[in-house]
Amino acid sequence: MDKVINESENHFFSSKKNTAEIKGKIFTGITQLAVILIIAVLFIILGIIVYQGRSKFSWEFISTFPTNGMTEGGIFPALIGTFILVIVMSLAAVPFGTITALYLTEYAYEDSKFAAAVRFSVRTLAVVPSIIFGLFGLGFFIQFVGAGADTVFNDGELRWGQPNILWASLTMSLLTLPVIIVSVEESLKTIPRELREASLALGATKWQTIRKVILPESISGIMTGTILAVSRGAGEVAPILFTGAAYYLATLPGSLSDQFMNLGYHIYIMSTQSSDVEKTMPIQFATTLVLLILTLSLNIVAVIIRARIRRTAK
Amino acid sequence: MNSQLPIKQSFTKESLKKQFRLSEFLAEKFITSIAFLSIATIFLIFIFVFKESLPLFSLGKSDHAKTEIHASTADKPESYGPSSEELKPESYGADTSQELKPESYGAETTEELKPETYGTEPASKDDLKPESYGDTPKEDLSVPPTDETESTASQSEEGSGKIWGTFFSTEWVPVSDNPRYGLIGLLIGTLKVTIIAMLIAGPLAVLAALFTSCFASKRTKEIIKPIIEMLAAFPSVVIGFFALMVLASFFQDVFGYDSRLNAFIGGVAMALAAIPIIYTISEDALASVPKTYTEASLALGASKWQTAFFVTLPAATPGIFAALLLGVGRVFGETMIALMATGNAALLSANPFESVRTFAATIGSEMAETVFGETHYSVLFFIGALLFVFSFALNAVAEFYVKGKLLKKFQGK
Repeated sequence: MDKVINESENHFFSSKKNTAEIKGKIFTGITQLAVILIIAVLFIILGIIVYQGRSKFSWEFISTFPTNGMTEGGIFPALIGTFILVIVMSLAAVPFGTITALYLTEYAYEDSKFAAAVRFSVRTLAVVPSIIFGLFGLGFFIQFVGAGADTVFNDGELRWGQPNILWASLTMSLLTLPVIIVSVEESLKTIPRELREASLALGATKWQTIRKVILPESISGIMTGTILAVSRGAGEVAPILFTGAAYYLATLPGSLSDQFMNLGYHIYIMSTQSSDVEKTMPIQFATTLVLLILTLSLNIVAVIIRARIRRTAK
Repeated sequence: MNSQLPIKQSFTKESLKKQFRLSEFLAEKFITSIAFLSIATIFLIFIFVFKESLPLFSLGKSDHAKTEIHASTADKPESYGPSSEELKPESYGADTSQELKPESYGAETTEELKPETYGTEPASKDDLKPESYGDTPKEDLSVPPTDETESTASQSEEGSGKIWGTFFSTEWVPVSDNPRYGLIGLLIGTLKVTIIAMLIAGPLAVLAALFTSCFASKRTKEIIKPIIEMLAAFPSVVIGFFALMVLASFFQDVFGYDSRLNAFIGGVAMALAAIPIIYTISEDALASVPKTYTEASLALGASKWQTAFFVTLPAATPGIFAALLLGVGRVFGETMIALMATGNAALLSANPFESVRTFAATIGSEMAETVFGETHYSVLFFIGALLFVFSFALNAVAEFYVKGKLLKKFQGK
């Protein structure tokens, strides 16, 4: 009798354990499936774009102007326009981002309301839809600053009060500011406290410490931030839709008050407003491939640098 | 160093005090003021996006309860066309219209009067386009005209009343003789795409985050995380392009619906954009659940998956909620994907395989064609202001409410 009960009990427990195990496998499997699905989609996108774009992708494609009403030829001006855009953008965003990060880590007190407000604004900047930056660029930079500058300096002649590469870059720099701030802040936090204290103990002032000790130490963090920002800025289209991107230009931009062509914008107009979408398909895929190579390689470099920072911090 | 200096005296309270250095002071102030810029930017964005939409408000500062009445009545009388055309130039200057408002709005019923008073009195005006009003869908026509006061004063706010009124209609016809700015249709389109995208991205990203933080070995984690986060490096124009060229044809072959570009395609593509955000933030939330929780659960005999699903996941709910909120924010304001993959037709239907038009895509596609200072221009900026306020609010909720809750929970309060 006793034995029977024991056995049945054993059986009972083991069967319960079995179903639990099966359930566990199912649940774990679902989560695993989600990961696999996401990664698969990512590689499918990459694969299709590489596959479709490779036929047209060549040095000639990168280094020539579009010809024949943008149905043939290369993407040289779009590439150059993108480069100018990200360079001007970095020149504006990197100093501001770095200094803001310095404030947050070096100067702000632990429970400072002001620092909390700055942090909140930075996070808000990071989530504001990119089209809003475009509107802001139009409303503030072009209609307010640009048009204002024209009336003051140019006697109302239209030069700055219209979409151009400077306003597009500045708009983009606002968008990428949080990226820089976050990664510089992160790298500043990994600098050991002892370094600061040693410098201060030797009689250096706070500003001297920052300039001579902390900034050199955080160079790699600033670089990561810059690279990520450039990668972001090269790919965003919405902010420059009405702040300076042009459909087609026969020449490269000569000054900051010129309009410019842009890779992402080029993809957008070629795929939606081109006269012959079917015919230009290879060009579109190749342009996408170029843009993707640009952003992804920059991102990979940033990830590697960041991993190195973390390793040395440990 | 110097023996002449009596040590005792050199370390008085005064000398130990921080010396004032101008350069230090300036450096600190400079850095602080630069940091202030990010706050200022937020304000500037709000002010300038809102400022451009101000003409709408100076046209008519009507409250929202009122505008619903406008929506019903604005369609009826014939005389709206000519009178609003006359009014537009002056109403931008915002001089006469503002003076008139207090009176006309004091009487709640002036708007309701219009069908009668304008239909009869200035009969000479109704020559331009009487038929164009009929096709606006009328939502709530039940308000009957009751009182008869101050009919002449309300002339100037017809232009405004009409614009505000059309906000609550369903048609988006900004470029016509009789422009209608029906935000409802756009709102429904945006919501449709957002819901589809979140239904796909939410579960996928959260489950993937759960796998990464609870089941994956450290090695796998180090591979998976950067790869999924690499998806964030895909520019949205690339995702939009992929959806337009590849996904649209693929899903059309599978499901066989009519319109190639539709809410579903847009939703799938936006899910791709939202996944890395949701994944990263929920992974952080899951990883920040204290180890004691999982250890206690495992010690009580729960298996690994039970711990993950019934202990770690509930504990990180606020963080995951925040992640989903930010995902919604991303999808809601996404422009390029919406422009390229949703078809851009503001149709009213619950069918996910119909074309839709979102707020952001409307701004993106029409802003370049508008003229500075035009009503259409102001309306687009107004939509922008709405989007900004919405994303600001989402972020604020995610920031304060959710994170505060999470912290309290983990500190055992």
